[in-house]
Amino acid sequence: MIEFHLDSRSGVSPYLQIVQQVRHALRLGLLREGDQLPTVKAVVASLAINPNTVLKAYKELEHSGLVAARPGVGTFVTKTLSDTTLAAHGPLRQELQRWLDRARRAGLDDESIEALFRDCVRSNAWEDVA
Amino acid sequence: MIRLTWLQFRVQALIAVVAMAITALVLAVTGARLAHLYSTSVATCTVQGDCDTATNAFRLHDQFLQNMLGPLLLVVPGLIGIFWGAPLIAREVQAGTFRLAWTQSVSRRRWLAVKLGSLGLASAIVAGLLSLIVTWWFSPLDRVNANRFSPGVFDERGIVIIGYAVFAFVLGVTAGVLLRRTLPAMAMSLALFVGVRLAVTYLIRPHLVSPAHTSVPVTSATGLGFGSSGSSGVVTFIAKTPRIPNAWVISSQIVEKSGHLASTAVLHQFLMTACPDIANQQAGANQGTFGACVAKVSANYHLVLAYQPANRYWTFQWYETAIFVFLAFALAGLCFWWVSNRLT
Amino acid sequence: MNAVLEANGLGKRYGRRWALSECTLAIPPGQVVGLVGPNGAGKSTLLQLAVGLLAPTAGTIRVLGDRPAASPEHLGRVGFVAQDTPVYESLSVADHLRVGAWLNPGWDRDLAQRRIDQLGLDPAQRAGKLSGGQRAQLALTLAIAKRPEFLILDEPVASLDPLARRQFLQGLMETVAEHGVSVVLSSHLVADIERVCDYLVVLVASRVQIAGPIDDLLASHFRLTGPRRDLNTLPASQEIIESSQTDRQSTLLVRTDGPIVDPAWTVEQLDLEDLVLAYMGRAAAGERARPRIVEVH
Repeated sequence: MIEFHLDSRSGVSPYLQIVQQVRHALRLGLLREGDQLPTVKAVVASLAINPNTVLKAYKELEHSGLVAARPGVGTFVTKTLSDTTLAAHGPLRQELQRWLDRARRAGLDDESIEALFRDCVRSNAWEDVA
Repeated sequence: MIRLTWLQFRVQALIAVVAMAITALVLAVTGARLAHLYSTSVATCTVQGDCDTATNAFRLHDQFLQNMLGPLLLVVPGLIGIFWGAPLIAREVQAGTFRLAWTQSVSRRRWLAVKLGSLGLASAIVAGLLSLIVTWWFSPLDRVNANRFSPGVFDERGIVIIGYAVFAFVLGVTAGVLLRRTLPAMAMSLALFVGVRLAVTYLIRPHLVSPAHTSVPVTSATGLGFGSSGSSGVVTFIAKTPRIPNAWVISSQIVEKSGHLASTAVLHQFLMTACPDIANQQAGANQGTFGACVAKVSANYHLVLAYQPANRYWTFQWYETAIFVFLAFALAGLCFWWVSNRLT
Repeated sequence: MNAVLEANGLGKRYGRRWALSECTLAIPPGQVVGLVGPNGAGKSTLLQLAVGLLAPTAGTIRVLGDRPAASPEHLGRVGFVAQDTPVYESLSVADHLRVGAWLNPGWDRDLAQRRIDQLGLDPAQRAGKLSGGQRAQLALTLAIAKRPEFLILDEPVASLDPLARRQFLQGLMETVAEHGVSVVLSSHLVADIERVCDYLVVLVASRVQIAGPIDDLLASHFRLTGPRRDLNTLPASQEIIESSQTDRQSTLLVRTDGPIVDPAWTVEQLDLEDLVLAYMGRAAAGERARPRIVEVH
């Protein structure tokens, strides 16, 4: 069973933090298919937040198809995020290492590499939408 | 609700029970002894013929208790008012616990009714038991002294104490409701209680039933003498109020044969003619001249007494108890209205 | 939809001073409502009116569809914890639970006992000897265990240390999750309100400044920064709550239902504290702007 924590200063709303933490756990394999998410009552008793916040987060996860609520029993994971991507991590990591070597040999420092990378991620996302 | 009242009242109840038990024990022992003494010395004295000495000796027994018990009975209703009545509501308002009490599933009226009713009843019982045992303890002495109807003793026997206690309790609660602070409520309730008691004793009790009148010879007076009285400074005849056993003599006046009141001037005139030696305060006056003068006064004047006969004793007890109980209920009504509508 | 608390022009006056005036609210059920405002704003007055400890001087208030404290049964449906969490000092914790059971037909003995055990309170301990946090928890237990539909809490955590405060709110939220009670909770700590509430009422200087679901409020208030301009040129749908101008720049806090299309503005979301402070500031400015009424004899 995972536990949630809240960063009240992060600027991210509480329900989004819960959603992110569930997705993060799914990605890392901490939550697997069939695992039960903590009950609303348990989350609320440990974090002292409004139950509706937790319900909203679980509803959004359900909407994304990641979990399913079983009335009277709890909320259960229906799909993990790690399966489809963990396998691809290996070769992608190697490709990235090679690219980084080339970038360094071309003279880019860490900050330029990160800026270039982020810019590409963003324009790539735009292209997807378009 | 009654269980809550008990929980909040436990300590005071315990103190009362312990005090009552000690008092009852002491009085039971000494009272039995007193009764025995009475039956062996005073009750049989007519046979022996020397009643006065026996009676006087009897009166001197347990002086300490005699002096303590009367005041005790005077004080107990006041104590009930201060320690049971005043804190009842004032303490809850001061501590803010009324905000807890009045948001439970009990109406404010029921809350007050149970508290007032159960503790009022407890006050009546305590006062009643105490009065019962003290009246029993004093009964041989009262038979000897025959003064149970006089102010002072009347207040310390019988059922009036129940009325005083219930009234004092509700008065204390009312003071607490109006002042909302325990200590000022205690002070106000004590002051008002004393005030009302004095007012009833001296202003109301004499008029509860129209006094009866009777004539007695001047020689019945408890103290006879000649002296100057009042502002005029002239010598006149003085007769102290006579006693009628177990009755309450309210006033006594010197009256001429015709029925007119004898004023100081008239008496002085009479003395000037009848006993000139005494009237002019001659040094030669002695026992003989004194006795002769008294006889002359007695032949021409008598005393008229306004009094409440002994057989009205219980009527007065009931009337006075009723007055205080009525006042208690009136104040309780005021408390109800105030708590329901005005308190916050 | 039956409002759990409905006030219409509600007012309470003490002598000459109005502690609460023209208060109109309709709070929907199933919410955790945060009542925020500075000290002396009238929060405590409003809450005590809601439980029948005070009677209104003007207007009406209805709780769960009825007059406050209309009957013992109605009293059983509303749980209350007063400011400073009063308890009977000379009675023990267990005594308090017994009293709760005697005075409330709807009392849930198991719930009360479970909470006391969970909190680690010694049943034999006199309530006067409890710490502030423990007293608050005891008072909350007494309010919860009678299984009310509606809980009203008057600054329950104001005088508690951070740990006690957190524990109190945890217990409260657990109850809301388990039993679905509606809650109104007053506080002057916006951080607590933000965590725990989904509906906000801002009360300043005896008046309601703003009320509504927090998500809606945050979605309809924005901070606009841009080149200085005349405030009268703004569209009517944008209500200015707060504004500040330098010679070059205007910074506004606006409330609007529609989108902000003017490209000259940089639009930012607000957090709850900004929003509350803006309304409190506006109320204070309004107080100063209003002419004081001077009595002339």
